[in-house]
Amino acid sequence: MVKSEEELSWRDLEVGCVVSDPGNASQYKTGDWRSMRPVVNKANCIRCGICYIFCPDMAIRKTEEGYFEADLYYCKGCGICEQECFTRCISMVPEEE
Amino acid sequence: MAKRVGVEVSIAAADAVGMADVDVVAAYPITPQTHIVEHLSELVANGELDAEFIPVESEHSAMSVCCGSSAAGARTFTCTSSQGLALMNEIVFIASGLRLPIVMILANRSLSGPLSIWNDHTDVMSVRDCGWIQVFTETGQEVFDHVMFAFKVAENPKVSLPVIVNMDGFILTHVIEPIEYWEPEQVKRYLPTFAPVNALNPDKPTTVGAFGMPGIYSEAKMAQNQALLDSKGEILKAWEELGEVTGRYYKPVETYKTEGAETVFLSMGSTGETVAMAVDELRAQGKPAGLVKLRLWRPFPFDEFREAVKGAKQIVVLDRAVSYGGPGGPVASEIRSLLYGEDNMPGVTNFICGLAGRDVTPKDYMAMYHRSEEMLKGRVKQEDYVFYGVRE
Repeated sequence: MVKSEEELSWRDLEVGCVVSDPGNASQYKTGDWRSMRPVVNKANCIRCGICYIFCPDMAIRKTEEGYFEADLYYCKGCGICEQECFTRCISMVPEEE
Repeated sequence: MAKRVGVEVSIAAADAVGMADVDVVAAYPITPQTHIVEHLSELVANGELDAEFIPVESEHSAMSVCCGSSAAGARTFTCTSSQGLALMNEIVFIASGLRLPIVMILANRSLSGPLSIWNDHTDVMSVRDCGWIQVFTETGQEVFDHVMFAFKVAENPKVSLPVIVNMDGFILTHVIEPIEYWEPEQVKRYLPTFAPVNALNPDKPTTVGAFGMPGIYSEAKMAQNQALLDSKGEILKAWEELGEVTGRYYKPVETYKTEGAETVFLSMGSTGETVAMAVDELRAQGKPAGLVKLRLWRPFPFDEFREAVKGAKQIVVLDRAVSYGGPGGPVASEIRSLLYGEDNMPGVTNFICGLAGRDVTPKDYMAMYHRSEEMLKGRVKQEDYVFYGVRE
């Protein structure tokens, strides 16, 4: 996308608001919807990847060491990873400004 | 010279769609639209028309299929009435938002309840704000011509908007009229091949129907409204060209004996001919009556309408739908609104009549004329309207 949503005038929109730049939803930051953030206690993590499987936004990535961590650009803080984690190593902590 | 045949208007309408070489028809049968869809199904089944006829399970699916096929670049047609339009309502608004040039004939019928299959305009008025171009027809010939017109305007890349052609249920759909069929050369001359502005294509992928966040939705609506307003110039051109091809010239607002008229009726659709008979009779009695027929409903032809009623002291608006609890019928409310604040604003009286096929005769229109004069002796308020002919 050349311009961000806030910069577009009504005249800039394509006919029927089609998106001719497919996949540009990846530029959309959903991380600022979050009020709670997942924090992983690596000491208890067994690297099973259940959080990765259950994340509804595919916002969890595998690190080089084989741990899983949330991509905070996309993570909305839903807490499903905390709920599903077998070893309870993920805790949701409030986002502070 | 094109040949003139006696034919049921529904059959002629379907033949016109076939002659326009439609690619996809998706529709569900409903009275009084049925014969149009049946005949298109026959044309496809008999191999006379090379098109996909998709017999969907509901009107909601019909309009959904139409959106898909139009987005894929196929010339697309559907047809419905009343409850069918109500069921497809959700997708009707999407078609215009996505700027998909679908053509729909709406065989106007009243909305339930009470359940009724007869003619009025309650169905189309329920989608007044759906963003489609909307035209009304008065005769079978106008229906035939406006099928071609609708495809031409809708698919014009400068427009790219869906079009509703309104035809009164039974009064037009089920009568046999003399209709001049177009010659294939006329169709070819008038209607270019469909070249969509956007078409789903793996070589140039696009997302159609994406989410619009609060930061972009208002801009999207502004653009859509402007597109509908701007379509008027192309609509006028399409009528001009239609005249060159057929010799029949149409205007957004048609007038009948409005010269020197002090009281002007406003009608839409097939009632125009009956009102014209009342106007003739009133004129014979020396009364300065005239008639304005609104052919183009959306985009509203503001300039042409003001010009048509120039000099009129009163306008008698005939509404064939009810805006429950509102300031009058949907048409009268708009007429009062657009005339508000003008110098020498004419008085506007409003009669809700002809609901669900109730006959309204020239005598009735003459009675409305006289009642209107009486009403205007007092001060007519914005919200004044009359359910004409209702038994006390």
